Amino acid sequence: MNAVLDNFDLVLKAFGYTVFLFLVSAVISLLLGTVLAAMRVGPVSVLRMFGTGYVTLVRNTPLVMIFLFFQLGAGKIFDWLRFSWVDIQIGPFDFTSFFSAAVAALSLYTAAFICEAIRAGVNAVPLGQAEAARAIGLPFSGVMSQVVLPQAVRASVPPLASTLIALLKNTSIAGVFGVIEAVGRMKGFTNDYADQRWGIFICFALGYIILVELISAVALLLERRWKVA
Amino acid sequence: MSAGVLFDSPGPATIARHRTYSIVAGVAMLAAVAFVLWRLYATGQFEYDKWEPFITPRYIEAILVDGLLVTLQMAFSAVIGAVVFGVVFGIGKLSDHAWLRWPCWLVVEFFRAVPVIMLMIFCFYAIFSGMDPLSRRTYWSVVLALTLYNGAVLAEVFRAGINAVPKGQAEAAYAIGMRKTQVMTVVLLPQAVKIMIPAIISQMVVALKDTSLGYAVAGLGLTRIAKPIYQQFGNHVPTIIVITAMYVVVNLLLTALAMWLQRKFVGEKDVLEVGMVGDVKTGASAPFHKGDTGGGGGGGI
Repeated sequence: MNAVLDNFDLVLKAFGYTVFLFLVSAVISLLLGTVLAAMRVGPVSVLRMFGTGYVTLVRNTPLVMIFLFFQLGAGKIFDWLRFSWVDIQIGPFDFTSFFSAAVAALSLYTAAFICEAIRAGVNAVPLGQAEAARAIGLPFSGVMSQVVLPQAVRASVPPLASTLIALLKNTSIAGVFGVIEAVGRMKGFTNDYADQRWGIFICFALGYIILVELISAVALLLERRWKVA
Repeated sequence: MSAGVLFDSPGPATIARHRTYSIVAGVAMLAAVAFVLWRLYATGQFEYDKWEPFITPRYIEAILVDGLLVTLQMAFSAVIGAVVFGVVFGIGKLSDHAWLRWPCWLVVEFFRAVPVIMLMIFCFYAIFSGMDPLSRRTYWSVVLALTLYNGAVLAEVFRAGINAVPKGQAEAAYAIGMRKTQVMTVVLLPQAVKIMIPAIISQMVVALKDTSLGYAVAGLGLTRIAKPIYQQFGNHVPTIIVITAMYVVVNLLLTALAMWLQRKFVGEKDVLEVGMVGDVKTGASAPFHKGDTGGGGGGGI
């Protein structure tokens, strides 16, 4: 326990990296996932096939292999995928090529699951809703913005929250691939303070539990606020 | 495409327009694929030397026996353990006694919220620290961590499965004078198991993918076998492609098995899905594992 309390600034910084990884990957994967979902529910058959293929492939691939690819393989094919051009510093945080490779892997992986969450939301809207909207003469834009999308967004909040929680937990893999985030720091502590392993584990686990609870609290709040009668 | 929520059935003009979009998108995609293939060729990824280990019997044997077989063993052991863990804690969470219900709830929520890789590192350094040889230590760390995580997920699946049995079944059983244990073992569990089998197989896909997290603790199985190969031959890209393809194929087979069992046992319903937040859903809004979507099947995140 003392190991954590004495080095509390290091622990906070490690969780800072976890949060940064989560936020950046969440934004990118939400964008990519929305595009993928649009492809999969859209009318253009080639794009639909591409979306389905991407989701099937990525969902069956272990995230570690994607991390390995960005660490070892991608830079050999495209030079810019070495991410050596990334070197940003914000306060005490360094965003290096390791961080960028982790973000790339996490975003591409999570996008497939975001796509499925959004698609599930669209599929949850009953067909009669759209038909009724067309029957009263709403144009396509009106059907979308007034009837279908508001319901679809509401229905996709719980699966999106599950996906984002999984993303938060998956950021821990970056700890093995060169980013000193929470799990990377924990591994360091377990090596340095061998007699305090239980305390260290429980402290870091609590950190993750707090973050997970934060996400589910936000999701529950949104769900409750947007609840339809 | 027939009328859906998003579109009306297209008329002839719209069909023609969509065909144009399809052609444009197809050409753009082919160009992208061609560009990537050209880069692969230009950087020498297609050279015979880099693919040689994958047609050499000695290496194929190593990949299949030390890689695939060990990975499958780990996933299978973890799922067996997870089913036991899940049954115990899932039924515990349904208990009428608060002193039993709350600890079970706490344990399940704890292991669902903590990253698997963290559990593995902890198992490796704290629980199995004295174990020899290294491969056995890694094996049991991976299996124990995956058992705890997947067990917690399955506990929720079991609880949802038992709750999905129509209420009248339990009421009828109580009405003919059965005891609580009898109602559970004779009436509810046999019916719930039928609903749960496909969900368990789907969870096996997750466990199989997660065995690769053993990379964090010395590694074992397919992810481990990749390392000496690309270190010896310098063929990082081909190795990653081959090993990933093996994971994907095995997972697709497992998904197909889950869908087959689903049709056989449950009929048309979706695979039981448990999210991290909100209520458990068994109906149309299940986000993953949907069987009726024409492809796109696969494991959870």
